[in-house]
Amino acid sequence: MLQVEAVSVRRGNVLALREVTITVQEGEIVSLVGSNGAGKSTLLYAIAGVLPVASGRVVCQGRTLNGMAPEEVARMGVGLVPEGRQIFGTLSVLDNLLLGAYVHYVSRWGDLLGDVRRVLKREDLRCRLEMVYGLFPVLEERQEQEGGSLSGGEQQMLAFGRALMGSPRLLLVDELSTGLAPALVTQLLALLGRLREMGITMLLVEQDAYSALKVSDRGYVLETGHIVAEGTAQDLLSSDQVRSAYLGRLPTT
Amino acid sequence: MHNYGIGDYLQLILSGISTGSIYVLIALGIVMIYNVTGVINLAQGEYTMLGAMFAVTYYSWHVPLLLAFLASVLTVTLSGMLIERLTVNPVRSASAVTLIIITVGVSITIRGIALLVWGSTPYSLPEFTGGAPFSILGAVMSRQRLWVVGTAGLVLLLLYYLLDRTLLGKALRACAINRQAASLMGVGPAQMSLLAFALSAALGAVAGIVIAPLTLVTYDMGLMLGLKGFVAAVIGGLTSAPGAVVGGLLLGVLESLGAGLISSGLKDAIAFLVLLAVIFARSEQVVGRLKSRRMTK
Repeated sequence: MLQVEAVSVRRGNVLALREVTITVQEGEIVSLVGSNGAGKSTLLYAIAGVLPVASGRVVCQGRTLNGMAPEEVARMGVGLVPEGRQIFGTLSVLDNLLLGAYVHYVSRWGDLLGDVRRVLKREDLRCRLEMVYGLFPVLEERQEQEGGSLSGGEQQMLAFGRALMGSPRLLLVDELSTGLAPALVTQLLALLGRLREMGITMLLVEQDAYSALKVSDRGYVLETGHIVAEGTAQDLLSSDQVRSAYLGRLPTT
Repeated sequence: MHNYGIGDYLQLILSGISTGSIYVLIALGIVMIYNVTGVINLAQGEYTMLGAMFAVTYYSWHVPLLLAFLASVLTVTLSGMLIERLTVNPVRSASAVTLIIITVGVSITIRGIALLVWGSTPYSLPEFTGGAPFSILGAVMSRQRLWVVGTAGLVLLLLYYLLDRTLLGKALRACAINRQAASLMGVGPAQMSLLAFALSAALGAVAGIVIAPLTLVTYDMGLMLGLKGFVAAVIGGLTSAPGAVVGGLLLGVLESLGAGLISSGLKDAIAFLVLLAVIFARSEQVVGRLKSRRMTK
C-alpha cells in the first residue's frame, strides 16, 4: 500500500529524517513511535505532501507521491488527521464533515456550485455521513454547532470524521492522544480496529507508544531522524531495549 | 447656518447609501482576497476602473448596454485571474509587506496601461434607464442611484449564496480559516487564491460599471475608489464580510453628511479621518493580525 524508500527530509538546515525506509501493507495498522523530535510527524507530513522530500521516494498504491501538493495527495485517497485537530472552528460540524468529502467533488462544478442541501441528499454522501455519525454519535447531535464550540475530545472525533468523509484508502493519524483524557484515547484507539474492517490502512504517529503498539500490527521506532528498531507490535512491546528506552509510560503489572 | 429639514437629511443619507454600496463591493473584494491569500490587495480599485473602461469601450462598439456590462465583468474577471497568476501566485510564500508592495506595483502598472490605451480624457456611460428620479419624503433619488443600490444588493445575495450555500464557497472559507487543513481535504490553496481574485475582480468591475453613469470614467478613478474601499474594509475589521458591508455603507453616509452639512471639500478627507480613527482605535488588533499572519507562514 505504502512504500517509503530511503526518504530524507530537511526542516530548515536540519536533516529531520535520514534515509528512512518503511512499508505499510494493505489492511495493516502500523505505528511510528519515538521520543519528541524524533521525526515521526515529519515523516507523516512528508508523505502527505505538506513537507518536501529531499531525497528518496514515497510510493502509494504504485504511484509516486514525491513532489505532489497536499491537495493532490489527498485526492489520491490518502487522509491525514493532523495533530491539534485543525478543524474549521467557525464552520459548523456538518460543514467540516462536508469539506472532508470535498475530494469527491473536485471539478464536479454542478455539485460545487449547486445548493449544498442538494449535495447532502446524494446517496454516496449520506452513506459516508451515516458511517461517521455511527462511529461518533455526538457529531450528529452537534451537527449545527460551530466546530470551535466542541470539547477537545469531540474536536478530535470531528477531525477523524472529517478525514473519513474523504473515504481514504490510507489514513495517517498524527498524535491522536495529545491533550485527551486517557479513557477517550483508549476509546479512539479501539475504533481503529473497526476502521480497518472497513478496508482502511493506517499509519499512526504516537507519543504514547504503549497504547499505539497495543492496537497495531507492526511498529517502527524512530530516533533523531532514523529508524532504530522495527518489528511486530508484539516484539516491540516485549523487547527490553525498546521498553526501557521508548515506552516510558508502562503500566506496572 | 442653514436650516435643514428631514428631507435634506434623508437626501444626504440616500446618496450616502448609494455611494456606500460602491465602497461595499470594493471592500468585499479586499476582504475576500485578504482572507483567502493573506494579501492586502491595494490594486482593488483598478478593477473598478477597468470595469467602467471596458463597459464604455464595448458600449462604444454598439454592444447593447446589458451585454457590454456582462462582457466587461467577464473581461475584468479574467484580468484579475491573469494578474493573480502573474504576480501573487509565483511568490506565494513572500512576506506580507512584499505582497502589499507587489499589489501597489500592479496598481501603478494597470493605471499606466490604462493611460496608454484610453488616454487621459474622461468618458461616460449613459444611465441604465432614463426617466424622472423617484422622490421619497422630499428627497429625490435618481434612477441610476437605485440601479447602484439594487445591483449591489443583488451581488451581495449572490455572494452570500456562494459562500454560505455551496460546497465551493465553504471550501473557500475553509481555506481562509486554515489553508493547510483545507489542502488536506483536497482543497487547493492555489485554486482558491485564483477564485478569490476572480470574484474580487468581478465585484470591482460591477462597482465600476454601475457608478460609471454618475461619474467621469478616467484611467485614474480606481485610486480613490480603491482607497475608500480599503477604509471600508478596515472599519469592518478587514476579515469580516458583514463588517465590510457595514463599513462601506457607514463610510458612504458619513462622507455624504460631512460634505452636505459641513463642506463639500471635506468629502475625501472624511474617509481618511475615519481610517485614522479606526487605526488608532484598533491598532493592536490590526498589527497583531499582520504579525500572526506572518508567523503562520
